[in-house]
Amino acid sequence: MARNVGRQCVRERDAVRTAISGLEVRRAASLGEALSILRDDQRTPIAGATDLYVALNFGTLEPRRFLDIWAVNELRDISMNGKTLVLGALATYTSLIRSPLVERHLPMLVEASRQVGGPQIQNRGTLGGNVANASPAGDSLPVLAAVDAVVVLRSADTERRIPLTKFYTGYRATVMRPNELIVAIEIPPVEGRQWFRKVGTRAAQAISKIVVAGVRAAVPRIAFGSVAPTVVRVPETERSLASGATIDEAARVLSREIVPIDDIRSTAEYRMRVATNLLRRFWIETG
Amino acid sequence: MPAVGTSVARKDGIGKATGSALYADDITFPGMIHGRTIRSTIPRGRVKSIRFDFDTDGFTIVDWHDIVGRNSVDLIEKDQPFLVESEVRHMAEPILLLAHEDRERLNAAHVEIEYEEETPLFDPEQSTVVFKKIDIMKGNPAGALASADLVVEGTYRTGHQEHVYIEPNGVIAVPEDVDGKKGVAIFGSVQCPFYVIKALRCLFGAHPPIRVIQTETGGGFGGKEEYPSMIAGHAAMLALKSGRPVKIIYDRAEDMIATTKRHPAIVRHRTGVTRDGHIVAMDIDVLMDGGAYVTLSPVVLSRGCIHAAGPYRCDNVNIRGRTVFTNTPPNGAFRGFGAPQTEFAVEVQMERIAEALGIDSVEVRRINALRPGDTTATGQKLREDTSALMVLDEAVRRTDFLRKREGYRGTNRALGLSLFYHGAGFTGSGELSLKSKARLDLTPTGVRIATGSTEIGQGTRTTHAQIVSDSLGIPYEDVEVAQPDTARVADSGPTVASRTCMVVGKILEECAHEMKERLNGLSPAEYHTRHGAFSVERMYAPPDWIKWDDATYRGDAYATYGWGCDVAEIEVDPDTFEVRPLKLTAVQEFGRPIHPALAQGQIEGGTAQGLGYALLERVVMRNGAMANAQLTNYTIPTTLDMPELDVVMLENPYPGGPFGAKGLGELPMDGPAPAVVNALRWLGFDVREIPATPELIAGCTATA
Ligand SMILES: Cc1cc2nc3c(=O)[nH]c(=O)nc-3n(C[C@H](O)[C@H](O)[C@H](O)COP(=O)(O)OP(=O)(O)OC[C@H]3O[C@@H](n4cnc5c(N)ncnc54)[C@H](O)[C@@H]3O)c2cc1C
Repeated sequence: MARNVGRQCVRERDAVRTAISGLEVRRAASLGEALSILRDDQRTPIAGATDLYVALNFGTLEPRRFLDIWAVNELRDISMNGKTLVLGALATYTSLIRSPLVERHLPMLVEASRQVGGPQIQNRGTLGGNVANASPAGDSLPVLAAVDAVVVLRSADTERRIPLTKFYTGYRATVMRPNELIVAIEIPPVEGRQWFRKVGTRAAQAISKIVVAGVRAAVPRIAFGSVAPTVVRVPETERSLASGATIDEAARVLSREIVPIDDIRSTAEYRMRVATNLLRRFWIETG
Repeated sequence: MPAVGTSVARKDGIGKATGSALYADDITFPGMIHGRTIRSTIPRGRVKSIRFDFDTDGFTIVDWHDIVGRNSVDLIEKDQPFLVESEVRHMAEPILLLAHEDRERLNAAHVEIEYEEETPLFDPEQSTVVFKKIDIMKGNPAGALASADLVVEGTYRTGHQEHVYIEPNGVIAVPEDVDGKKGVAIFGSVQCPFYVIKALRCLFGAHPPIRVIQTETGGGFGGKEEYPSMIAGHAAMLALKSGRPVKIIYDRAEDMIATTKRHPAIVRHRTGVTRDGHIVAMDIDVLMDGGAYVTLSPVVLSRGCIHAAGPYRCDNVNIRGRTVFTNTPPNGAFRGFGAPQTEFAVEVQMERIAEALGIDSVEVRRINALRPGDTTATGQKLREDTSALMVLDEAVRRTDFLRKREGYRGTNRALGLSLFYHGAGFTGSGELSLKSKARLDLTPTGVRIATGSTEIGQGTRTTHAQIVSDSLGIPYEDVEVAQPDTARVADSGPTVASRTCMVVGKILEECAHEMKERLNGLSPAEYHTRHGAFSVERMYAPPDWIKWDDATYRGDAYATYGWGCDVAEIEVDPDTFEVRPLKLTAVQEFGRPIHPALAQGQIEGGTAQGLGYALLERVVMRNGAMANAQLTNYTIPTTLDMPELDVVMLENPYPGGPFGAKGLGELPMDGPAPAVVNALRWLGFDVREIPATPELIAGCTATA
């Protein structure tokens, strides 16, 4: 598109900070193809690219070789396998929000998905990407941790099932191997009332300052995001509630069990106070 | 049908809606290369050595040795260098410039700079380097404080704020031959093309012919008032050295880290009152963090101080202000220009005074609100266009304020109110010394407006065309607006200070009247066919009654003021201390809306920016640099953060403005923060600082 501003001029291609001419992308059409490419070749998977693109724009993305799996439709399914809810790795937030199965079995994931980014991100961002990206602030992670979800990893030769609570080994670190993909997240049956709360930096398009998911059962299950280097369950707090401790006692246990930090979004003090407040709110609202 | 007073189609509407409008980054020139700024990574020290860790082949490299004129950005002072010579005073200070045709090679180029570091100064209260002091004195405040029934004291703090214009700073410098001389043309996203001319004349000496052409500009909010002089100077140096057009566009992170912000402020109040609610003495101390160079800090401080007593009458006032040096990037112009800081302070102070007296805060405001005939802190006698009571009464009535606030007692909802005002145009004798000009050219089909006023989203082209259309009695469609090009338009002064519609619009109105006389009943087209083109140029004449003494800060600070009263209805989450604004009623009087939809847009946008300032927008400074320089972590309000807005535009014409208009651009910025914080106070949170983030509110001791 050309128009005159003083003299000849034309429109220019957009630019990002990462040198894109050095990037190389392959596309896989099927899971088999994707896994065989990963067997022979070290490449970083791209799903919705909503996390990857941000790093690309900031110039902080290290990998140069990618495998685009967006077209692998077999990873989009949301289905039941017996009593287990199986969420394909490429299920987007929008598809989770619209799924009657998720609404019935894991309503708090619908709630969490609704609060991710905005509609554009919900259309493109995937559950597998949220899990693999391993941010302690990932909004689906406390939900998955609280229901003892299992991450299904597959390589060309093997399949492994890792409980989400064992999937993370540290800040942005996982047990996933370079030749593996997350293919699905399995949700065992959930008994008890589900409860989710995200405290972001604003009403939408916000990273969580603290995020909580809980299931109220004889032994309650509670998980927090953004209070530690990884998403965490709080087993001692859960045990104290299960053994009939008062909510005040449980809140004290919680404050010994989590060690939130100061960062550019919030403070350790605030996170601690709000974590205990939300524990109480969870208890009141599911009681 | 008259154009003024109706929401005619924007002159820039189709271009922006269809995407054909060209912003700086949309434009390329043959042979154009890209420029990049290498910046300091320490807040204070000296440059010891510079090493290029890349193949410099094909690069144009500029440092301060290349400067032929003077290495200083010509503003109020000439203390800020275009490029560091040795001394580094703040993070992200420009040291070197690189240009290359391949943007990827340019971005990959690594320059290693060794420094000798010195201990930086970040705390303005510890700073002994004072850029400017102001002392406004009226009556005998010390005596009146001593004899007051009650003295209320308080300290209030406001933070940095980032402009977040949609389009970051960017320019293209194009070498051009003008009558055999090597000159340069700057195309860029700027508010004040003639400021850039002034800065570049100083940088290059008087020699090269320079012109500045404003490209379509995606917002400014003051952030493109003085800063573009810096980036334009950089691009021009690279262009003259390489002989090729050079484009420099900041990305969001660079724009946030390197360019100006709103001045953080600490304001202390001591107010003497009588038992029955009359203010008898105000003692106000204003401290603003200027950052590492003077830039516009003295005038920001000035406007802040003049507005510091709020829209209230008081016979004994002392306002002392100072703006000081710190080792942080210079703070600069930002919508409101010092007044949002000081009006936040005085409005929270008013709420606390009412509490201390046990009188309702609406009543205390009513008792003390400025009325026609009253004098301000600078001794200005107010005229009939003073509307403090009108906006207050309307806001209270419209929101059913007292009853509704009472009804919320014991809940987590509350109402808060703020009363505010904003002077329009340059301060004091400023408009006189500016000598602004505007020109109208007769064309074969109508007329063309030729001013240096820039359209930056606020509607300059449209409102100016409306004023000319009605004053000349020709259809709005027959008025075109020239793209500001300093070689072709009149210098109508900077596009700042809520002056463009009121002041430049007034000159255009007079140009149109003169042109109409010359047309003598003919239409522009008829006249043009018979007699050919002609132009009318006029200079601004401020009202003759304005008297101002810059030495004593006495007199008529502004020709007129806009008036506002905001009512914020909020809800606080008891677990997370998140504040949700439910509704904001903005009652504002600004003479007369030339274009109601644009005026409403100014109020809505300013209110959103004010709510961000109040609640969300926290600049996290670490080691003298913005640590959250991304839109992810510097959170401006989204649509979901915005409450329902009820905008009410009241009229009280200013005789000196076109069709009675006053300035409007800045006024809406002043009100939201104190209204929200006063609502928080009603809920038991003694907040005296913004942004009032949940973290801050959680730590506030209860008032009750
Ligand atoms: C504007 C914006 C708002 C956002 N808001 C939120 C929010 O509110 N809450 C939130 O939690 N997140 C948010 N995000 C982050 C992001 O959208 C989510 O983490 C999303 O789920 C990532 O999914 P994706 O498919 O886009 O991942 P991608 O960007 O494609 O990938 C992310 C990482 O996961 C790896 N990966 C992806 N899929 C697989 C797989 N199947 N197997 C193995 N590795 C894989 C990739 O290699 C990469 O390292 C936001 C992002 C943006 C840009």
